[in-house]
Amino acid sequence: MASGAMKRSPALAAFATGFVILWVIVASFPFLWTLWGSFKVQGDFFSKADWTNAIWGTRTIVETGGAFTTNGYSGAWIEQEFWRATMNTFIVVFFTVIISLTFGTLGGYALARSGFRYAFWLLMIALVFRAMPHITLVSGYLLPFFEWNVWGHLPTSIIVLVAINQPFTLWMLHSFFLNIPKDLDESAMVDGCTRFQAFRHVIIPVMWPGVVTTGLFSFLLAYNDFAVTAMLLSQENQTMIPKIASFLGSTFEEGNVMFAVAAVVSATAPLFVLILFFQRQIVSGLTAGAVKG
Amino acid sequence: MPHRTFFWFILPSLAAMFLFIALPIVSVAFQSLFIEHEQVLIEVENCGPFGCETETVVDNEATAAKREAEPLGRFNGLGTYFDRGHLATAEVSEAWSTRESLGGFLGEVMNLPFYRAMAFTLTYTFVCTPVLILLGLAVALGVNGLPRAFKGPTIFVSLLPMIITPLIGSLILFWMIDAEGIFGKTLQVIFDDPELSLKASPSLTWITLIVYGIWSSTPFAFVVFYAGLQTVPEDTLEAAMVDGASRWERIRYVVIPHLMPLVVFITLIQLMDNFRVFEPIIGFSAQANASSLSSIIYDDLRGDIARFNSAAATSMLTIIGVAILLTPVLIRTWRDFNRKRA
Repeated sequence: MASGAMKRSPALAAFATGFVILWVIVASFPFLWTLWGSFKVQGDFFSKADWTNAIWGTRTIVETGGAFTTNGYSGAWIEQEFWRATMNTFIVVFFTVIISLTFGTLGGYALARSGFRYAFWLLMIALVFRAMPHITLVSGYLLPFFEWNVWGHLPTSIIVLVAINQPFTLWMLHSFFLNIPKDLDESAMVDGCTRFQAFRHVIIPVMWPGVVTTGLFSFLLAYNDFAVTAMLLSQENQTMIPKIASFLGSTFEEGNVMFAVAAVVSATAPLFVLILFFQRQIVSGLTAGAVKG
Repeated sequence: MPHRTFFWFILPSLAAMFLFIALPIVSVAFQSLFIEHEQVLIEVENCGPFGCETETVVDNEATAAKREAEPLGRFNGLGTYFDRGHLATAEVSEAWSTRESLGGFLGEVMNLPFYRAMAFTLTYTFVCTPVLILLGLAVALGVNGLPRAFKGPTIFVSLLPMIITPLIGSLILFWMIDAEGIFGKTLQVIFDDPELSLKASPSLTWITLIVYGIWSSTPFAFVVFYAGLQTVPEDTLEAAMVDGASRWERIRYVVIPHLMPLVVFITLIQLMDNFRVFEPIIGFSAQANASSLSSIIYDDLRGDIARFNSAAATSMLTIIGVAILLTPVLIRTWRDFNRKRA
């Protein structure tokens, strides 16, 4: 499309560029503003007097002596024990991704290689499950989990997140395995491998690109989840996102908002790094389902 | 693949989905048929200097014990579905028979929690989806015309609003639109109204939430369209130009038809995702002015006394809503599948 067919007039080019610049500002400004503001005191972040205070840090200088302060961060991480929530998030996300991908590759491979009608029905049911609001499922878990005394523990929410993740993982890996030629594993089976051996020795070495892409989305689902972790984890097992929400419950005491701001910036950092390194995989993952229809 | 092998391969995945998606739906359906125990009343005799009188009081201890022993409550049939918190059939027919005008009737119905949530959820879904598709297409066309060196960074920045945790994204915007935040303050200056607050009125809250929804989902439409633009057939475009088609006509008659299947795909995904809107309402602390089906379930479960049965009934109604929304998609996929087999 870069060729002469799409040459534009200067006026149109200027308009299009202006529009893109506007979009870039709309998309990035809130993040930059919050990042900058997280090093100020509340009086500057929400400035009653003058919004330029947030830029120069007028109140921050008065209250702390410097134009930047890390009070929000130390308050959130040490005083409010945000590090504990970070560790919980790490545990939940790590195991959710590993287990999801293990189940998903096996299931997705089977769905891609089975020609029977029930494979199609399973995919359809998975699509319906994918559309289910998570909170409706949570209201089904609570009473039984209370009764069996499994409420509040990390393993419980890990397995629940794995299950909620399965429909998407199955769809994604199913369409990925469809693109790996059948001949590959079938020739291995002609040579005397069982189906599982063929999967183990022939498919596993070539499946990593698809698994990495699917893993990224499993990571996002587990990391971004609020409905499940907020309802199923006890206070001391809370992960980052419910923890941030609970900062707000006790808010609008002076300074407390800044803890939440610092925690928000801290929780955004890993996502930022993720896009930095995996931009190509994220884009290809988003379009995989679309382009193939 | 033989049935047996298929079964063993799919077993872990199927077991997880069966235990934690299918069974909870059954559990929700079951819970929705019950209602919590009524308070236990006892009669006590109060004897004072002027004789004795009997009085009925709530026995808190016995009530708590009974509720503890049977958390599911007592059987209520479909009663919960039709009470004031859900379909509210009695209130709706009352409002209909005493209506003075259609607007008055609708206003009355909108005061009922379930219909209020339903109205917001549907408005949100059907306003956000088309707007973000158009915006995504515009951004994709713009980015596609940029010099190569700028494309990567632009895509990087564009992904941020989508990748960000919904609760965090909405909090970031919430702080900015606060009356003392940068946007809130700017709006006060523009409209010359120091009392202006986006959180105060329901309609402003709805607009804020919808703007957030568009902001956070446009990147998805953009990325999909952008990928689609890379595969637009060059020959067709050049042929159209030779035939004298203007730039706009080329977009209208070559590019857009090429992107049509993608529009269907984005619409489907966005309808599903927008229908379960939940985190923004929590992030914007907007429960007072706007509630969605998901957020009223959350509020039921989060209240001082968790109302499992009420939450379960709303959940069942939501699941029915999802099923209705998905029916056309399922029928379409079924036809495609049969065509491929034939």
